[in-house]
Amino acid sequence: MNWRSLRRRVTSHIMGALCVTAVLVALVPLAFILFFVVSKGIGAINVDFFTQMPKPVGEIGGGMSNSIVGTLMVCGLGGLFAIPIGIMSGIYVAQSAGSQRANVVRFAADILNGIPSIVIGVFVYAIAVSPFRQFTALAGGIALGIMMIPLITRTTEEMVRMVPTSMMEGALALGATRSRATVSVVLPSAAPGIVTGVVLALARIAGETAPLLFTAFNNRFWSTNLLQPISTLPVQVFTYAIGPYDDWHRQAWAGALVLITMVLVCSLLARFATRRLERMQTGQ
Amino acid sequence: MNRKSNSVSDVLFSGATGSFALVLVLLVAGIGVILCYQSLPTIREFGLNFWRTQMWDPVLGEFGALPFIWGTLYSSILALLIATPISIGVAIFISELCPRSLKHPLVFLTELLAAIPSIVYGLWGIFVLIPAVRMLEGWFPEWLRAFPLFTGPRVGVGMLSAVLVLAVMVIPFTSSVAREVLKAVPMAQRETAYALGATRWEVTKAVLHYARVGIVGAVMLGLGRAFGETMAVTMVIGSNPKMSWSLFESQHTMAAVIANEFTEAANDLHISALVEIGLVLFILTFIVNAASRLLIWGMTYQRKQTVPVAVKSVEATS
Repeated sequence: MNWRSLRRRVTSHIMGALCVTAVLVALVPLAFILFFVVSKGIGAINVDFFTQMPKPVGEIGGGMSNSIVGTLMVCGLGGLFAIPIGIMSGIYVAQSAGSQRANVVRFAADILNGIPSIVIGVFVYAIAVSPFRQFTALAGGIALGIMMIPLITRTTEEMVRMVPTSMMEGALALGATRSRATVSVVLPSAAPGIVTGVVLALARIAGETAPLLFTAFNNRFWSTNLLQPISTLPVQVFTYAIGPYDDWHRQAWAGALVLITMVLVCSLLARFATRRLERMQTGQ
Repeated sequence: MNRKSNSVSDVLFSGATGSFALVLVLLVAGIGVILCYQSLPTIREFGLNFWRTQMWDPVLGEFGALPFIWGTLYSSILALLIATPISIGVAIFISELCPRSLKHPLVFLTELLAAIPSIVYGLWGIFVLIPAVRMLEGWFPEWLRAFPLFTGPRVGVGMLSAVLVLAVMVIPFTSSVAREVLKAVPMAQRETAYALGATRWEVTKAVLHYARVGIVGAVMLGLGRAFGETMAVTMVIGSNPKMSWSLFESQHTMAAVIANEFTEAANDLHISALVEIGLVLFILTFIVNAASRLLIWGMTYQRKQTVPVAVKSVEATS
């Protein structure tokens, strides 16, 4: 009898310890990656990295200014394209929740979220690159936009649903129509959360490489032309990483550090914002 | 009069949101249709042989995609074997065992792991993981190398590195979905188990049993991620279209061959062949994601019905 309870307690502790081990095993790679990216990247980052163009092959130095501008442009284009579709479909799903149509849209968003980024690249190549026989920044923006849509749809839906129904009902009771209540009461309360979701989606998308390989392609020169190929940070990091020169590898680590910092800062900001949002809602 | 114009604005508004939502649905359908259309040349030329033969020589016009399917399935399944127990352990720890003060930081760290761009994993794979794996393979005892699992050159580049990178990348996805699923288990389930005198682990077992369908869904979602992962795998797997059981051998995956060869395709047939590989990748991830979503939705609908019970029980205890 006593033995049995002892055995049960010991099993409980052993399984608990195994779970702790799992957490440690999962976090070790994170520590390793952050350590290497920071230690190798920090030495290669300097003012030149942000202000100089890539040097011709074989010359030491130079930077990735064109890729940084390119990443900002392509992500911006993606946002322009994805934000209206994402937010509007999110509102649609939240407001017709439970209906068959809303489920179809939600399902489509989940499927879109699961489609491999490389397949999105192939799709955009087929519709926006091969008909014009030209890699363009615009095509890269479309590819990133497609990847952003489901992320924005999901957060918008969640945020709109978090707004208490009593607020909607109050507005309706005062004589507002549904659309008026949505636009003037529900959306303003959900707005901080939606903006956070958009920022997070941008951060996620900024590091994507696969969909840009054959849409935005790459460009060794300064270009802000939407109808020309453009260089982006992730693709440039990829090119340098698989290249043969030590200086390229050094710059690839620096690029990785910039990418990771961007993602980290955005996630922290978003986390801070949602924490405040939650507090506001529970404080009411 | 006023009322009428207001209801018109309602119709307009719901029409506007609805049509954007329709764009989203059409986009998914469009991806499928365009991929089908663009892969017609190879479907006509090779039919099913495309997926049954192993010879991949774009210059000679021979396209057999079996090695890529093999590489994708083999690497994903091995990665899942490593990642699944770890991710479930992480999910259990965060949702059932850990002190409240640790919860938020741990969630944040696992989310960070998911947010690291795949290219950074690849860079790390090339310059840190591959040398480490090479060293490991060098230490490998000679007598074990007779097994088909461990034949091949000891260069570090190859299946083993790809599997390790994939496992690390899948863990945050599976564990965060599994955590959501565990969160959906009503508190009353735990309380009844405790009331019967169960230990902490026995309670967790009851919770896991309740959540089993959703957990299977979480694992499948991880599988979908592993199928589609491109950059990190491309950079470490060695890009060699060869079917082998060996972990040390360079191999290839569907996503990697598209990334490698698309921009330097030899001819239109080559492009079409790569698109067809993309199409199959699309179908594979579609099936896996759809199945896992249905399983997870089942769990969340259950949650909706049981929320009052959970809330009541929380109120009762506090």
